[in-house]
Amino acid sequence: MTGPTHIFDQPNAYIGRSVERPDAQRLVQGRGQYVDDLQLPRMVHAAFVRSPYAHAKITDIDTRAAEQAPGIIAVFRGSDFEDYVTPYVGTLTHLQGLRSPPQMPLAVDAVRWQGEPVVMVVAQNRALAEDACALVEIEFEPLEAVCDAETALEPNTPIIHSAYDNNRAWERLVDAGDVDTEFNRGDVTVVDHVFYFARHTGVTLEARASVVEFNPSDNTLIYHYSGQAPHMMQAILSKILSLPEENIRIIARDVGGSFGIKIHLYGDDLATAVAARILNRPVKYVADRNESFVSDIHARDHRVKGRMAVTSDGKITALEIDDLTGIGPYSMYPRSSGIECNQVLNLTGAPYAIDNYRAKGTIVFQNKNMMCQYRAVGHPIAMAVADGLLESAAHEIGMDVVEIRRRNLFKDNSYPTSSAAGMKFDDLSHQQALEKLVEFMDYDSLRKDQEAARQRGVYRGIGLVSMVEVTNPSPMFYGIGGAPISAQDGATVRLDASGALHVSSSITEQGQGTNTIIAQVAAGVFGVNIDRVKVTTGDTATTPYGGGTWASRGAGIGGEAVLLAANALKEQVLDVAGTILQCARESLSIDNGVVIDAQTGAERISLGELGRLVYYRGNELPSDVSPELVATRHYRVTDFPFVFTNGAMAAHVEVDQDTGFVKILDFWAVEDCGRVINPKLVDEQIRGGVVQGIGGAFYEECVYSEDGQMLNASMADYLVPMAAEMPDIHIAHIETPTKTSVLGAKGAGEAGTGGAPAALLNAVNDALRPLNASIYQMPMTPQRILKALGAV
Amino acid sequence: MKAADFAYEKPDNLNAALELLAREDCDMQVLAGGQSLMPMMNFRLAQPELLVDLNGVSELSFIEEQPETITIGAMTRYANLAASDVIKEHVPLFQMALPHIAHSAVRNRGTIGGSTALADPAAEMPALLLALEATITVVSVGGAREIPANDFFLGLYETALQDGEIIKSIAIKKAKPQNRFGFYELARRHGDYAMAGVAIASTSIDPVCDLRIALFSVSDKAHRLPHAELAFEGENLDDTEARDAAFQELDDFDFRGDLNADGDTKRHLARVVLTRALETMMP
Repeated sequence: MTGPTHIFDQPNAYIGRSVERPDAQRLVQGRGQYVDDLQLPRMVHAAFVRSPYAHAKITDIDTRAAEQAPGIIAVFRGSDFEDYVTPYVGTLTHLQGLRSPPQMPLAVDAVRWQGEPVVMVVAQNRALAEDACALVEIEFEPLEAVCDAETALEPNTPIIHSAYDNNRAWERLVDAGDVDTEFNRGDVTVVDHVFYFARHTGVTLEARASVVEFNPSDNTLIYHYSGQAPHMMQAILSKILSLPEENIRIIARDVGGSFGIKIHLYGDDLATAVAARILNRPVKYVADRNESFVSDIHARDHRVKGRMAVTSDGKITALEIDDLTGIGPYSMYPRSSGIECNQVLNLTGAPYAIDNYRAKGTIVFQNKNMMCQYRAVGHPIAMAVADGLLESAAHEIGMDVVEIRRRNLFKDNSYPTSSAAGMKFDDLSHQQALEKLVEFMDYDSLRKDQEAARQRGVYRGIGLVSMVEVTNPSPMFYGIGGAPISAQDGATVRLDASGALHVSSSITEQGQGTNTIIAQVAAGVFGVNIDRVKVTTGDTATTPYGGGTWASRGAGIGGEAVLLAANALKEQVLDVAGTILQCARESLSIDNGVVIDAQTGAERISLGELGRLVYYRGNELPSDVSPELVATRHYRVTDFPFVFTNGAMAAHVEVDQDTGFVKILDFWAVEDCGRVINPKLVDEQIRGGVVQGIGGAFYEECVYSEDGQMLNASMADYLVPMAAEMPDIHIAHIETPTKTSVLGAKGAGEAGTGGAPAALLNAVNDALRPLNASIYQMPMTPQRILKALGAV
Repeated sequence: MKAADFAYEKPDNLNAALELLAREDCDMQVLAGGQSLMPMMNFRLAQPELLVDLNGVSELSFIEEQPETITIGAMTRYANLAASDVIKEHVPLFQMALPHIAHSAVRNRGTIGGSTALADPAAEMPALLLALEATITVVSVGGAREIPANDFFLGLYETALQDGEIIKSIAIKKAKPQNRFGFYELARRHGDYAMAGVAIASTSIDPVCDLRIALFSVSDKAHRLPHAELAFEGENLDDTEARDAAFQELDDFDFRGDLNADGDTKRHLARVVLTRALETMMP
């Protein structure tokens, strides 16, 4: 079932059309309202003294000089917050065994990463606060820093948390089938590689920012938030600050990118809320770029040992991985830092029918900035490991990389099915996506071009990936683990007296076009012009309860709630219209803001007239008719833990063997995200995702010294992908709607980031192969490629 | 981050600027285009007590053509150089290099004098001036002096400028028809500081006469390669013995690594950029 076709096919339907973003004009004219734009009466500004050491004891903090500095309102140490903050622990019960010590907003007795906030200075303006920060004297007793995840568990490595017997945070083993027998059977080809994925971070255009107001007269707190999950923030602030949940209002206006970075609780943001409560006046904190690099969560940082066995006819018989990742000194609150490793174990090899799979995951603490969920959590690692091994195996047995995929991908008629790791799949199209990709990129011609180029001494490579993406998560993601994170979302659709629609939704807009697709679904399903739809998101006081926008869930879950609410409102309006017009409601419909005769299309009454009649001239209605021109519906995914999507991508690169530079010539993505609500927005989500994937594959890396200093914490030294280096990114779609909803939409936001690194890794190795070189380390920098080539 | 507190003066003529610079009672910095200094101040890595802003000194912004030379005022911005027909015609090496110097926004503000005075080892301008054997005129209240580029760049962010002195102008010999120039750099992203780069000028190439090779972004400062230059004298640019001599000089060169390339990678890439720049100069 894919829902009644008439919703999507009627002439004025907006679903499936590249509708312009209603908010684009406002944003490009600089009239966006970001947190830092807020100027409140009596507002003061915070800055933080951060640890210069990766690991040290705090032996003394002297704030006297800072307190005497001009314009200073208050100086806070960690211990000053003890009466106001309930310590928080970043674990989830379904990640059994995951441990992490309680955290406080500021370091108290010890610092455990360079950049950890230690002292908060609040002043009349930010510059004065920074001046006073320089006057704070902290005595540290430096301790040996634990930086290398690979040695974190060795007996002679210092233990970061004295409450624990070692630096292990979590361990998980997946063991399906009989891996050992398959590897040892003698008639299979085994390939093994060690993959390294560097730490990187999601560089949001708008940095993290908080403005917090506290009103002691009614014990209410307003948190102006740049983030993705307002209701989650409401719940966790309530818990940590011991305020009634209903007394906390979270407002997220425009958000300049988030990518998962802003969905976690940061000590400095929490300290801003505590300071507002203590001082009874609004406090603003905006992270500067340097602070962002040392305090925004980092991601990836995995070392994966992988091996794969294939038969001579290309059948994968066994896959084994061993993932090691360091997460910094704590597991991040409230989503934990266990999810990425967990995803790697769940998703490696997930597109393929593999019976024998063993995956070990180990998470260790270390004295580096904290790691947590960033766009495409775990996916780039899982996809690069599986497809890196697969293409390596294909070359070992002399089989084309497309053909080996054909032989191993789940068949399109095999659903519902499950992977060896227990992932449940339905409505996927791996085989179709692969064939479409091959045709789309003109694979055969590229192979001929590659051969001809090699004759000229030019080394080009073609690399593919077949991938899955976790989207539309159910409560199985976080709720089951005890986190106050809603997996359902709601929408309220209201008809006003002028015939306009007002939609409020619990999903959030952080630049990807959420508000546009909400308007499209509401306008199309209900039957008004999209210009007459006003959308409200990002405010716990005015929107239904829900999870927000993350894990590629906005369109699929929030969109379905809008569809259900718009349908319900339509039924209500038709009921009233039937009464007013004294005809059977079944004979009526709504089109372009007018109630029409469903058969003839003849205009019966405009929504404006109907609204005015109901709201102003209720006396004209029968006394037993009490119209409700507002409807609220909620939706959650019930039958599956996640709604997986699939895609196939390919990269075409040219490696300069003298310089180690890689030019990306072209990139193709075939994506099946179910029903496409707005093709342009989906394409741009995928392109933006691919660009972040290119960042991970070639540019982005948080470089640390051996003693835990981040060495490139500036936009000059941390390389984000830039337009000049980006290839054309060609997108094609397959639409296999999910059966879990009427709308049929799955997520699309993370596919590019999840898949691109694998395709790029394979393409580079394809180019290097005639030079007898290979690389399994990202980012694939010129120096690393030169070393792989033996040139340096 | 916000800069630490500082006093600010914006003189509107050169003499007034020099008077300010002669003060010995405070730690001062000179603001030209600000593309390096402002970030340093915002990071509080630079905390001058007094900032002397030269952007009001219009007499330092000019491109002047003389019979044998082009003289460029210190406050002339990269964007002005890129747009200048005089530069296009008479300083072709600048034309080759300018698109590689950062991005438009930076080129709109950054100045030739600021970059020269900063002497960032990764910047293009010092190497360009070395290859062109430019003459740098510096001034103070005590008067002016001329310093050949070869004597100007002393080390890491270190120049021959003395307290109270600023660069007034830079003079470059006009290119003659038989002159040849080469420029090549390898930057991870367009507009970034290079992993390695080279600027080359030659009076003629058939045979090679008076070749000047200046490497940048490989060490503490931009460096000429005197042995290589000599080896090519009287030979052709594709002479393998001369190239081997150049590589020999690179083998002994003190390369200093950075985040993107260690010393060995710098050495390897220096060979590559030198080879490629010479190739572009071949007839």
